[in-house]
Amino acid sequence: MMILSSIDPVLLLASLMVASTPILLAALGELVVERAGVLNLGVEGMMITGAICGFAMAVNTGSPLVGFIAAAAGGAVLALLFALLTQFALANQVASGLALTLFGLGLSSLLGQGYVGIKPPPTARLDLPILSDLPLVGRVLFSHDLMVYFALALVALVWALLKYTRAGLILRAVGENHEAAHALGYKVVRIRILAILFGGACAGLGGAYLSLVRVPQWTEGMTSGAGWIALALVVFASWKAGRVLLGAWLFGGVSVLQLNLQAAGLAIPVEYLSMSPYLITILVLVIMSADKSRAPASLGRIFHASQ
Amino acid sequence: MLKLEKRPQPSRLWTWVTPILAVVITMLAGGALFAALGQDPVEAISTIFWQPLFGEFAFYYRPQLLIKGAPLVLIAIGLSLGFRAGIWNIGAEGQYIVGALAGAGVGLAFYPTESWVIFPLMVLAGAIGGWVWGTIPALLKLKFGTNEILVSLMLVYVAEQLLAAMALGLMKNPEGRGFPGSRNLRQYESAHNAELITGTGMHWGVVAAMIAVILAYVLLSRHILGYHIRLAGQAPKAARFAGVRSARLILFCLGTSGALAGLAGMFEVSGPAGQVSIDFNVGYGFTAIIVAFLGRLHPLGILLAGTLLALTYIGGELAQSNMGLPAAAIQLFQGMLLFFLLAVDVLTNFRVRLSRPEVA
Repeated sequence: MMILSSIDPVLLLASLMVASTPILLAALGELVVERAGVLNLGVEGMMITGAICGFAMAVNTGSPLVGFIAAAAGGAVLALLFALLTQFALANQVASGLALTLFGLGLSSLLGQGYVGIKPPPTARLDLPILSDLPLVGRVLFSHDLMVYFALALVALVWALLKYTRAGLILRAVGENHEAAHALGYKVVRIRILAILFGGACAGLGGAYLSLVRVPQWTEGMTSGAGWIALALVVFASWKAGRVLLGAWLFGGVSVLQLNLQAAGLAIPVEYLSMSPYLITILVLVIMSADKSRAPASLGRIFHASQ
Repeated sequence: MLKLEKRPQPSRLWTWVTPILAVVITMLAGGALFAALGQDPVEAISTIFWQPLFGEFAFYYRPQLLIKGAPLVLIAIGLSLGFRAGIWNIGAEGQYIVGALAGAGVGLAFYPTESWVIFPLMVLAGAIGGWVWGTIPALLKLKFGTNEILVSLMLVYVAEQLLAAMALGLMKNPEGRGFPGSRNLRQYESAHNAELITGTGMHWGVVAAMIAVILAYVLLSRHILGYHIRLAGQAPKAARFAGVRSARLILFCLGTSGALAGLAGMFEVSGPAGQVSIDFNVGYGFTAIIVAFLGRLHPLGILLAGTLLALTYIGGELAQSNMGLPAAAIQLFQGMLLFFLLAVDVLTNFRVRLSRPEVA
């Protein structure tokens, strides 16, 4: 009890918002990709590429904003490779996604050679006159860096887009039944490529958030499975944008809590606490995977217009 | 306009030409990459692919080929079984670690007793450790329908933490002056996976890899289980009608690949690596995925591909020390190889036709 009382719940909630942002961004991107019927397992690779692209550009220009834009671009470029492989060369999506991750990990450590041990420029924080100074609420809700709010806005945007717009309907149609969508005259391949690029950009942003805000520095392999957790998050969310947010908070909460417990000096070796996010991911997959009916029906299937 | 036309059957010719084509393209692209890094591309490529085999110090590097190739082949053989059936074990790195921990654990438990039974027991423990770690995703998939890709991968991170915990805790060398890492098994005769023929790099792991290649070949071409594996991958519906029980297949593929990865880890920790340390695993489990695909999921192909990838590891180290080429460049190089392979693979399954836009 001594240990638990040394953890400040306000600080915990505040850092939960920060900890959940990288996987939230990456999972949101992957959600759109999967709703279009494509399974891109390269999230980890795109994330880490975004992490180094964003870090390098932010350090060189002194502007975190330029960094984040570069990260989105970097992630999207890597995603383009995946799109070329799966949409034009009709390669197996699982294998291509794995290739993307291996490639991204190598690329990032090569690009990141000169950037180890450097501090990035700080990212601007929200500073509202009265709200940010409120006790409790101000700290938890109104004094984060701007990317936290961008990620939240993106959740709302993706949710509304998928649910209420024509574009969202077409995207879902392509994901549910690509043959029917094709017969209706929709450009299946083009729509999927756009979705894949969006997914890459989001993963890149998530990665850059890690290297620019959450950590903030560059180390090799620093995403350490965040991309894979993001993939699990999409399953957890049953392919729904709102529930991705819920899931990201859950994972963010677990990782913050275990870090706090480590810092508080719990009598468990650090390594066992560090396992917890991954074990929780498995646990969540176990609970959520029973109902497969919500997965997009064309997920992972290759589309080839033979006529 | 270029048009893709699906072949009725994958082309047998292209099946074997595409890996070679991919290697050639990767060499070209890799050369361009090295040139961009300010290195002489021809020198870099020859340092990686030629020097270790035929260069001045080849006598030192050739044995390394077996040492690095054995775990790659052993793991990739296991992975290929599942990949053929559409069962994706990508957590071999974790199974490799747990196999090593189990094997080393048995060895360390007997220290300092000397007996011939210890090493066989370690081999058994290594296989069981990997098998357990590989069977977890299989059981969860069967019971709860979880995705084996995500679960097996998550278990890699769990295994890495377990490795750190063991190297710093339970298995730490009590006479190691507080440094992390276990006793060196190479100095413990009964647990040492020694070179079988001096100067060749040949150790029990190499023997195991050879046996695995042969058994996998027999399994896939002669045994009903191998037939079921191939059927499940190529025609899942037909497989169901033919009475293939997918549950057994999942358990078999994930368990076997886990056991083989565990064996690879055990032979590594008791031989070339020598001890349980925090940075024991160097990514063989992931590189083996490239090996499996490059070898066309065929045992003999995997043997060749494993040797080639082992060469890139050795040549990469050589290029690192001789030319100052970053280690990451080799990792990228290996990643590119899989990329280009998947890209040119389109030629195996499709015919490229030149077509004029038809008049409706």
